[in-house]
Amino acid sequence: MSTEFCGLELAHPVVNGSGTFDALAALGVFGATLAEDFPFAAYVSKTITLAPRDGNPPPRLWETAGGLINSIGLPNRGVEHYMAEELPRMTFTARDDGRARPVPVITNVMGASAAEITELLGRCEQADGVAAVELNVSCPNVTTGLDIGADPEVLGAVIEEVRPVLTKPLIVKLTPNTADVAACAAAAAGAGADAVSLINTLRAMALAPDGSGPWLGGRTGGLSGPAIRAVALAQVAEVCDAVAVPVVGMGGVQSARHAAALIAVGAQLVAVGTETFRDPAAPRRIAQGLRELAPIQRGPVPRRA
Amino acid sequence: MSRAAARTLAVAESRRVGAYVLLSVEDPDCDAAAGQFSMLAAAHGWGEGEDGRPYLPRAVSLCARRGTRSLYLLEDVGPGTRLLCELPAGAGVRSLGPLGRPFRPPADGTRAVIVGGGIGVAPLVMLSETLADATVLLGFRDGARAEAAGLFARASVATDDGSVGHHGSAADLLDRELEGAPATVYACGPAALLEAVRARCESAGLACQLALEAPMACGFGACFGCVVPRRGGGYLRVCVDGPVFDGDVLEGVEELAGAAP
Repeated sequence: MSTEFCGLELAHPVVNGSGTFDALAALGVFGATLAEDFPFAAYVSKTITLAPRDGNPPPRLWETAGGLINSIGLPNRGVEHYMAEELPRMTFTARDDGRARPVPVITNVMGASAAEITELLGRCEQADGVAAVELNVSCPNVTTGLDIGADPEVLGAVIEEVRPVLTKPLIVKLTPNTADVAACAAAAAGAGADAVSLINTLRAMALAPDGSGPWLGGRTGGLSGPAIRAVALAQVAEVCDAVAVPVVGMGGVQSARHAAALIAVGAQLVAVGTETFRDPAAPRRIAQGLRELAPIQRGPVPRRA
Repeated sequence: MSRAAARTLAVAESRRVGAYVLLSVEDPDCDAAAGQFSMLAAAHGWGEGEDGRPYLPRAVSLCARRGTRSLYLLEDVGPGTRLLCELPAGAGVRSLGPLGRPFRPPADGTRAVIVGGGIGVAPLVMLSETLADATVLLGFRDGARAEAAGLFARASVATDDGSVGHHGSAADLLDRELEGAPATVYACGPAALLEAVRARCESAGLACQLALEAPMACGFGACFGCVVPRRGGGYLRVCVDGPVFDGDVLEGVEELAGAAP
């Protein structure tokens, strides 16, 4: 069941969505044995920025029909703290049919300009513990105010500018809040991305029950969970058709069947996020389920004539 | 204190306690301390209600342990708690726990005073059994809710409508109590009560431990959704930094606008 992804040998194809599993907090809650039998084949960190961020004011969560809107706001203690205090503790082992494999750390970073991203990638390049970098491009550009990842031209230009700093694999985490996700994926791949991951959360909003205004402290948030699964499948399929680089598919995966659907349309890896909130054993259950399913014919899905 | 684990358990008994429901589940492996909580979901029907809710499990304080059983005190305030309140004996419950930091012993040389309000009295039942000499002061909206005072060996009661005990709040009862020997105050209840306790203890120079409630997605530190403001800036996660906080680490306890069910 082992999987190769951008030169990394993984125990199985199930990883976590960035920001949906705090491995260091989980060690405290579930015990150190978690590190020796880690549920994800690669560990994707939460988004790390140059400067520390407190995140958005509460409330940060809203339950929807089959899903969750979050406005967490990417709290993190900054790249300095991450490299010195967090990364050195991220030594995990995943198992596949009794065979142990180290869990590579994919560090997710976000910057508001090419200069910021270059500095973050430089730090990741120097850090031995970082196996690959995932770039979160759902960040407003400092000059235009538009999300870097929402416009193929802007995205391509930023990636081209920052790419030379990093010799490790670069995964671009695409935003679904764009007119043409396949064009964004193609721009990222054309500019040097080694892989793309999608979908990130969909912009969403809820009003307070008393009608006093937006419920979430950040006004809007990102929708995740089963509510977005069909959207995710469509976008992942579209991107897999458009690019030759490996794709990490995610969005509402709750079972091996859902993961298999993303693999069937061409995804190399599948990320599990919101389902882990409901059931911390979900990634293990899904990886096990994938092992038991018949080999999956990987995309592209034939189009009807 | 045991590590958290996910289990599917069976309801042993469910009975009404005034306006609340006391859910008893067979849970021999649970080694919880007062103040800890579990993420609970019905094994069946979760996600199948109106509007596809409830979707996420619900964070519920341990109310007490009785032999091999864990007791949870519930109030029907939304689709999740309603489904949990309606579970019959024998029904399955998914549980992840025990989670969170429990109450800690009183400061040296102080007596324990326990202050609870409404459904917030739940974790204080277990605490009062741990701190047998503690003074217990409870406030409820009305007489039906005040029946939960019967879960304690002894307690002074206040009601907002004056139907049982003192006509007023548990904070009034605390004012009288604080005139005595130095105390460590433990509290759980509505934000206004917690803030009253925090402010009174701060001005009196007394230690207090406040058990907070917040809507959570995960309960184990992953989602960063359940934060409260930390004194001096930034936020604390109710699930892993709490739910029991020393009063002096909090900026203040505020009601969430509108309150999510």
